[in-house]
Amino acid sequence: MACNSSACQSNCYRNQDDEATVEQDSLRTNKTDRLAATYGDSGDTHLCFKCKAKERMSSSEEGDDGRFCSDCFRSNLFAKFRQAVNSNAMISPSDKVLVAFSGGPCSRVALQFVHEMQVKAHKNFEASRDRSLHVFGVGVAYIDETSACPIPLHEIDRTIQTIQSVVSSLSPPIKDLHIVQIESVYSSNLSDGREKLKKLLDTVSDVTGKEDLISHLRMLSLQKIAAENGYNRLVLGTCTSRIACHVISSTVKGQGYSLPADIQYVDARWEVPVALPLRDCLAQELNMLCCADGLKTVELTKTSFSGINDLVSSFVALLQEENPSRESTIVRTAGKLTPFNFSRIPDLNESNGVPLATKRRQKRNNFKHVNSLSSETFCAVCNGPLNMSDVQTLRSFEAGQVSSILAGTCCSSCQFQILPKDSISQELLLSLLPPSMVARAMHGSPSNSNSLREKIQEFLLSDDEVES
Amino acid sequence: MEEAGAKPRKGVSCLCCICDNRKAALKRPKTLQQICRECFYEVFEEEIHQVIVKNHLFRPGERIAVGASGGKDSTVLAYVLSELNRRHNYGLDLFLLSVDEGITGYRDDSLETVKRNEIQYGLPLQIVSYKDLYGWTMDEIVKMIGLKNNCTFCGVFRRQALDRGAALLKVDKLATGHNADDMAETVLLNILRGDIARLSRCTAIITGEDGPIPRCKPFKYTYEKEIVMYAYFKKLDYFSTECIYSPNAYRGFAREFIKDLERIRPRAILDIIKSGEDFRISTSTKMPEQGTCERCGYISSQKWCKACVLLEGLNRGLPKLGIGRSRGLDNETEKREMKGRSSDGQTRSIESKQCGTLDF
Repeated sequence: MACNSSACQSNCYRNQDDEATVEQDSLRTNKTDRLAATYGDSGDTHLCFKCKAKERMSSSEEGDDGRFCSDCFRSNLFAKFRQAVNSNAMISPSDKVLVAFSGGPCSRVALQFVHEMQVKAHKNFEASRDRSLHVFGVGVAYIDETSACPIPLHEIDRTIQTIQSVVSSLSPPIKDLHIVQIESVYSSNLSDGREKLKKLLDTVSDVTGKEDLISHLRMLSLQKIAAENGYNRLVLGTCTSRIACHVISSTVKGQGYSLPADIQYVDARWEVPVALPLRDCLAQELNMLCCADGLKTVELTKTSFSGINDLVSSFVALLQEENPSRESTIVRTAGKLTPFNFSRIPDLNESNGVPLATKRRQKRNNFKHVNSLSSETFCAVCNGPLNMSDVQTLRSFEAGQVSSILAGTCCSSCQFQILPKDSISQELLLSLLPPSMVARAMHGSPSNSNSLREKIQEFLLSDDEVES
Repeated sequence: MEEAGAKPRKGVSCLCCICDNRKAALKRPKTLQQICRECFYEVFEEEIHQVIVKNHLFRPGERIAVGASGGKDSTVLAYVLSELNRRHNYGLDLFLLSVDEGITGYRDDSLETVKRNEIQYGLPLQIVSYKDLYGWTMDEIVKMIGLKNNCTFCGVFRRQALDRGAALLKVDKLATGHNADDMAETVLLNILRGDIARLSRCTAIITGEDGPIPRCKPFKYTYEKEIVMYAYFKKLDYFSTECIYSPNAYRGFAREFIKDLERIRPRAILDIIKSGEDFRISTSTKMPEQGTCERCGYISSQKWCKACVLLEGLNRGLPKLGIGRSRGLDNETEKREMKGRSSDGQTRSIESKQCGTLDF
């Protein structure tokens, strides 16, 4: 049965009903299209496929979702979210969580679900006699990217208004809203930052490179907001469909090695660990939920980049149309790649107050508690783990012609699509990068290890390794 | 792989940017450099030479069969290998090996091309035919089973036929004309269909080293467009018609995507291959145990090899036998399997998917 496995985790009734549907269908329809037979409405009933009590959401909607009533659909989605949160210890009572909200449907649902979770926790808090149960804090962040790509002023105003109204209309506990310009990655002096950002983006000629650089900067801004305001988790609304696109586009950009770093539930290579609780939800489902529940969303009209990323999205969309489980399959394939050891919330141990339920789950899922620090070095620009054999060939190759620090500390993909080719422009780029990227470059550069070496020079017996 | 040193100079676009001497005749698909014909031949051949040397594809004194279909890839491969063999003293004995599937209007014509190549390049040719090996031509098979799943038969049979032909020629290795576009496409398809095991091995340049005859792909990093260009400028004699039985839309899907990518960023093809090589895949996944087919002696992880299962189905008039997952096997085979299982203690290893088919 070609069932969209990720869409059903409740698995109650699922199998019998699935088969029943098919049996009925085989009597009624002579359709050759298997998918149509499986997913199409079976005609005699418009009742929900799960609770069998209420009307289905829509009879015409293709895919799994149309067969649920709106309540079941909703609880199914929320269950996926909760499962991701609980089994990866994304949020614990003592946490302060920052939700990145772009105004789009995915992050809107992420915000909504985190909010509901918080409301529930708050109720428990009120109800408990000794008020011992903590409630995690929630904040919302919006990154204004007007200085990175031209967006009409009225549109950005409309977006910000919508975001403000969405956040303020959520029931208490009150959530802080941080609206921050993307140039804040430089410093607090915004006009200076804006200039630098413009120049920085001008040095990048490749459209895809520019697009990716902006998204790296966006992440840095979010990290900065989180760090400055005392958040210890960053929640993104990244859904299955987005991850599927990321898998393909990373492959196309030659980032096969670092790919598993980006697609896990938790990404703790950042100062503030990033969580993707909607990793198992399709964009289509999230869109439907927004429509069904009347969640207000707003999206900027996209300035067309016509780069690799857009080509990949349309390819994946085409595949998804042809087979509704394709996106999940892609993500599942990539999920089988060996993850890095920063792909979990660090320092999970008894003393940190990890909820018992989480511990039990992790025990069941055979989670290993590795607390050792990652030995990876990271690309200065995209923060992807570097393939050491790549770095070595690169450094030995460029040993003769003294290149900029950047060239030795970037992944091959960033080198191609972001770094300029000549070393003078590379120096210029380095001077324009935000401080956190520069720090990463300095940390990873060979000169760093050289300076370390100088410190211990007198204790070394042979000079063999120098300049190797 | 790439000519990092040489940059296209925009001002003097009419001169070749490698030799700076002759007039540029073409834009190199891989790097978009404007170069002359002579320099194109040189970089094209030199790249393949480097791939061969760096990956130790051949050893002096080896007998090598070139899988020759008469198409552009294999024709250029045969030509370039015989050139390089002479120029760099590889010390190889080269042979052409063709498989005659028995497809009228397609293979018979392309085999004529291979026969001409035999004379043109002075390489001995061996043809193995499905009719001789299996008693069926593809025409007969298609007549029996129709146009669905026919590529499964052809793919399974070809794999074995090539090995049998190679054994006849007593060669040490088989070189095939798979190019960079093919590799990139395979990487993508394996991601799309969730086949992690194949994803981990599909980018290997030498495969089947534990089998009877290893195969290698000297064109792993060579772009299809450059192969066509090379064949065109060298006026090589090749056959260019699609197989009349393979209207496979799905492969075309990914292919089109790769062509679109190449248009935006020629390097993308190499990047996909690089990703495929760099994927972190734990090698602990259990590989099927290698054994031999009880019926024909060919390597097989099952009691019978795939070709024998398919053949049995054809001969008994049950062409569905062996198509799809192991559930499709009929009771008799099932019973035989049961006996086999009790003898070696192990359960049947998971039957892998069909080689040639794409179940979309």
